[in-house]
Amino acid sequence: MKPNHYNTIIIGAGPAGLTAGIYLSRAKMKTLILDSGIAGGQLILTHEIANYPGIEKISGYELSNTMRKQALAFGCEIQSGISIKDINFEAVEKSVQLSNGKQFTADTIILATGGRSRTLGISGEDKFKGRGISYCATCDGDFFQDKEIAVVGGGNTALEEAVSLTKYASKVTLIHMLDHFQAFAHAIDEAKSNPKIEIKMQSRITAFNGEQKLESVNVENLLTHELSELKLDGVFVFIGYEANTDFVQGRCIELNERNEIVTDDQLQTNVPGVFAAGDALAKRFRQITTAVSDGTIAALNAMEFIRQASAIKVA
Amino acid sequence: MVLSTNLDHIATADELTKTINENENVMVCCGRMGPMCIPVYGVMEELRSEYKNVAFRDMAFDSPEAGIIRNLPEASNFMGLPFTIYYKNGKVVEATSSIQSRDQITAILDEHFSS
Ligand SMILES: Cc1cc2nc3c(=O)[nH]c(=O)nc-3n(C[C@H](O)[C@H](O)[C@H](O)COP(=O)(O)OP(=O)(O)OC[C@H]3O[C@@H](n4cnc5c(N)ncnc54)[C@H](O)[C@@H]3O)c2cc1C
Repeated sequence: MKPNHYNTIIIGAGPAGLTAGIYLSRAKMKTLILDSGIAGGQLILTHEIANYPGIEKISGYELSNTMRKQALAFGCEIQSGISIKDINFEAVEKSVQLSNGKQFTADTIILATGGRSRTLGISGEDKFKGRGISYCATCDGDFFQDKEIAVVGGGNTALEEAVSLTKYASKVTLIHMLDHFQAFAHAIDEAKSNPKIEIKMQSRITAFNGEQKLESVNVENLLTHELSELKLDGVFVFIGYEANTDFVQGRCIELNERNEIVTDDQLQTNVPGVFAAGDALAKRFRQITTAVSDGTIAALNAMEFIRQASAIKVA
Repeated sequence: MVLSTNLDHIATADELTKTINENENVMVCCGRMGPMCIPVYGVMEELRSEYKNVAFRDMAFDSPEAGIIRNLPEASNFMGLPFTIYYKNGKVVEATSSIQSRDQITAILDEHFSS
């Protein structure tokens, strides 16, 4: 086999990609995992995991380190901090070109790029990150003791975090675009009955203002289009997750309307030899257990695909 | 009080002073074992082999000794963990608050610490 040719290239080193890497390399398949960040994916964002069977409690950092070590021990190669410039999915010999000039080919590809928290995408959001804008209540809540803040979002996380932030903040304004919450009834009741929470429905933030730190936001009422300025010290953003599929959009891989990857029940995409696993899939439940299950299924089916393809070649 | 990362830790203010006096380029990430901090430690671990001219360290935010970082004027408006401080020849040349990507970190390292 050529040095830069692999049986399988896995894109994404979260639990789905690492599991696929463990299965493939243990079966002596030459396997490369490429990750744009660091190995572990969303696992490393998880402080404590208590629902991974067989392990009572573990930090995401530790679990991802163990998965990475397991994959490496079986001979899997992992390159992190890479950026993909181009991919050819359709040829029999698939190819991946990185921005640093490296190029790899493979018999099969597994897409395991997971998901990420949505950001608002409003100007100033990056400037004030850590200076008033936060995406983690447990991390940064205590910086807002006796301060006025806003929480953006209308799902379970937004409502639960708004309530938990009232431990610190003197006032929490909950800003949501729709006319209803997409959350469990008990979460809605708890937020509505909290005296420190004021709710602004059908509203959205249009601008972040301040010099060295966040000082106010502009809020648009989506019904009247009236703009108002809300003075505050912090904004916590909890507006859901999106699949990391930007790099396949507009290519031959079928995505659904939310840009999640569509597969058959073998986790093969519409392109033969290209499989997908984990949170980037079009599916309902997104957990570590479901990601490792997907990683296993995609790896076993990729092996089967390689075996069948080489049998055809021999015949 | 130290963090459970694979980085070299700084436990006291004296140790930090010694480190920034003895090393031309120092990056210190002061945080907790939380979702905004762990990715930064991970990036630092990986960059150690690429930036051999930089001393990468972490420090526990909740240690009283971390006042030396928490009370820096450069961090006065910070409201997000971790506080990451870059020192050159003992002086702060850059400070960031909250999670940073590998690209954001390497841009700072290249700007201030490239030889
Ligand atoms: C705060 C938080 C807490 C959670 N708590 C739990 C819990 O307690 N229990 C539980 O079961 N689940 C939990 N989850 C969900 C769980 O972490 C995810 O379901 C799981 O990590 C999904 O795994 P994955 O491998 O599909 O994707 P991810 O973990 O998202 O990993 C995807 C990987 O792909 C990489 N990548 C993305 N785009 C590219 C690209 N273009 N090129 C190369 N690489 C790329 C990313 O850098 C990342 O490393 C939590 C999630 C979060 C955010």
